[in-house]
Amino acid sequence: MDFIQISLFLALLLAAAIPMGRYLERAFALERTRMDKVFGGVEQALYKVSGIRTGDMNWKQYVVALLASNLAMAAICYLILRLQGILPGNPAGIGAMEPLLAFNTVTSFLTNTNLQHYSGETGLSYLSQMAVIMYLMFTTPATGIAAVMAFMRGVTGQSSLGNFYVDLVRAHTRLLIPLAVVVTLVLVSQGVPQTLEPAATAHTLEGVEQQIARGPVASQVAIKHLGTNGGGFFGVNSSHPFENPTPFTNVLEMLSMFVIPAALPIAFGHMAKSRKQGWILFAAMGLMFLAFLTMAYISETNGNPALAKAGLSQEMGSMEGKEVRFGIVQSALFTAVTTAATTGTVNNMHDTLTPLGGLVPLAQMMLNCVFGGDGVGMVNILMYALLAVFLAGLMVGRTPEFLGRKIEAKEMKLIALTLLVHPLIILAPSAVALATGMGSTAISNPGFHGISQVVYEFTSSAANNGSGFEGLGDNTPFWNISTGLVMLFGRYISIITMVAVAGSLLRKTPVPVTLGTLQTDSSVFLLILLATVLIVGALTFFPVVALGPVAEWLTIR
Amino acid sequence: MSMLQNVRLSVVLLLICGLAYPLAMTGISKLAMPAKASGSLIVDDKGNVIGSELIGQAFTDPKYFAGRISSIEYNAASSGSNNYAPSNPALAGRTTKDIEAFLKANPTVKQEEIPADLLTNSGSGLDPHISPEAARVQAERIAKARNLDQARLNALIDEYTEERSLGVFGQPRVNVLKLNIALDRMK
Repeated sequence: MDFIQISLFLALLLAAAIPMGRYLERAFALERTRMDKVFGGVEQALYKVSGIRTGDMNWKQYVVALLASNLAMAAICYLILRLQGILPGNPAGIGAMEPLLAFNTVTSFLTNTNLQHYSGETGLSYLSQMAVIMYLMFTTPATGIAAVMAFMRGVTGQSSLGNFYVDLVRAHTRLLIPLAVVVTLVLVSQGVPQTLEPAATAHTLEGVEQQIARGPVASQVAIKHLGTNGGGFFGVNSSHPFENPTPFTNVLEMLSMFVIPAALPIAFGHMAKSRKQGWILFAAMGLMFLAFLTMAYISETNGNPALAKAGLSQEMGSMEGKEVRFGIVQSALFTAVTTAATTGTVNNMHDTLTPLGGLVPLAQMMLNCVFGGDGVGMVNILMYALLAVFLAGLMVGRTPEFLGRKIEAKEMKLIALTLLVHPLIILAPSAVALATGMGSTAISNPGFHGISQVVYEFTSSAANNGSGFEGLGDNTPFWNISTGLVMLFGRYISIITMVAVAGSLLRKTPVPVTLGTLQTDSSVFLLILLATVLIVGALTFFPVVALGPVAEWLTIR
Repeated sequence: MSMLQNVRLSVVLLLICGLAYPLAMTGISKLAMPAKASGSLIVDDKGNVIGSELIGQAFTDPKYFAGRISSIEYNAASSGSNNYAPSNPALAGRTTKDIEAFLKANPTVKQEEIPADLLTNSGSGLDPHISPEAARVQAERIAKARNLDQARLNALIDEYTEERSLGVFGQPRVNVLKLNIALDRMK
């Protein structure tokens, strides 16, 4: 039954991703399409109200527009959080958020990370949940999708990089809003609340008073997944029965967060006029995903040896931190999906995962290209593809080319910079946190697992994932500032450098394909790509992984 | 493009995504699915709210089926757990204590028969379900406490066992609150 559950989910994903790939390519096409008739009216109105020009942009204009729009959003949201105590939509009477926590929260949602150092039930008014959290949950995946569209246009040699504002608006009108409406209503039909009433008061069977927090949950859960955001309405995210009441909603939420990342390589195939090229990228990410999923599933099924020693049968697997309705399979699957798609929503507590089960989310975020978040994951795997072409080119002594465009020193410098930033912003702050009391006092679990807790927090921030080993006491100035900065670097450095690479590639004259050209749509290239990701991406992190999860595994084995 | 246009666009998108969307969804849900939109509350004959179908409750009385461990004692104003790592000695310590207590309350049960879900903390601390095995292992204690036939209890557990979604996804499970309400109605 476990095998059928997993296979059926993967089949559903594939069945949704293939048409979605085609749709994405059409929806963001530079030329006029039939979709303009459907959405054009609304979009033109939005451009007009905002005073936006829709002409083509060069890479610098594109990046400036992206940064400026994000800055404006951040400023508005920061103000709302600071003023939520006196604004309407606050039935629970929650006060203003303090400045450092507000900085961390805005940064977190602006960068599609959704790391949460506050708890939803007690830290945010209903207005803040909607006008800050839900709002950014639309605009940040839209920003990521815009960036990947510009990047893919550059790599595939379209007529231009496009216009950032047009891409941003289209991601809302053609993709996220319609999908979110449908998903919200299906979630409500399964029992996810959608109300503005304050918490309900119940008198339980045993006569105790129970306060039941609720709110406009479904509309947030829908976009939380579709936008690979991950920030829960409630503190425990999608393990809360109100956010994820049935195994059916669990499958729906996994499909929601995985369909756009999985469709992007297919869309790329259409844009490159070589579907096989798209499938090679899909296969590379898919194989890595399957390997990680298998590891999480086996490790969780085997249970926790420490509890077996204490006398509790582990036949059911490691159930600490998991929900009965999901069991091991739906939990392991969700963990693998949420960290592949760098969503960061959780349906079980990652801190309680078995050591090797917990290594899976950590490793996927360290690689950051196993499908990845809306847009940015695709940018990362393409960056690895360019690197793989370059390495292969060096090995045979030819100028490396990708899709008929030469990869030269300028592009390689930008790629090398981006590749180095990711481990740097994980390992350097982890070292500081572990070496000083500012960071190490937050650790809640003793031994090697404490190292994992710290490394996980920064990895999750750098990969813009947002899940956590949540035992960590992270609402302190040190954590709010450090993770805030890591999230900003993790998000914007790669977007800026990769749009720059796209601009540079677009200006090049295509070179004709010859007998000696490295075929990038072949299984040989698939292997080179996988080797590049694993050698460049994984070896960097091996020592720290050995100190955390691997050491913990050896201790309780 | 000046900063002013960026602010204008941001405000327009905020009005659409941050207000129009959630409020419209709230309105439609309230009209089409009022009970579910408000949190699937369970109301008794006198109209008092006794809980939510989806949210677990604490059961400490031996004549009720107990739910899973909850470090927050099923306080649904918040959610969470202790986040014990598998290697944390506190986890093994808690489990040893709970096994002892369970065996004392259920003297006929052998230690290896205790299903793991019953003595582990759920992720949310609000898990409304236990496995059918975890319900059955408590049946003898409850039969004795309520002076009921154990076979009738097992039949009740079977009746309240929810199957996998679409026959495939998730795990078979029993909603503890619903089961206990049915238990109170038994004669």
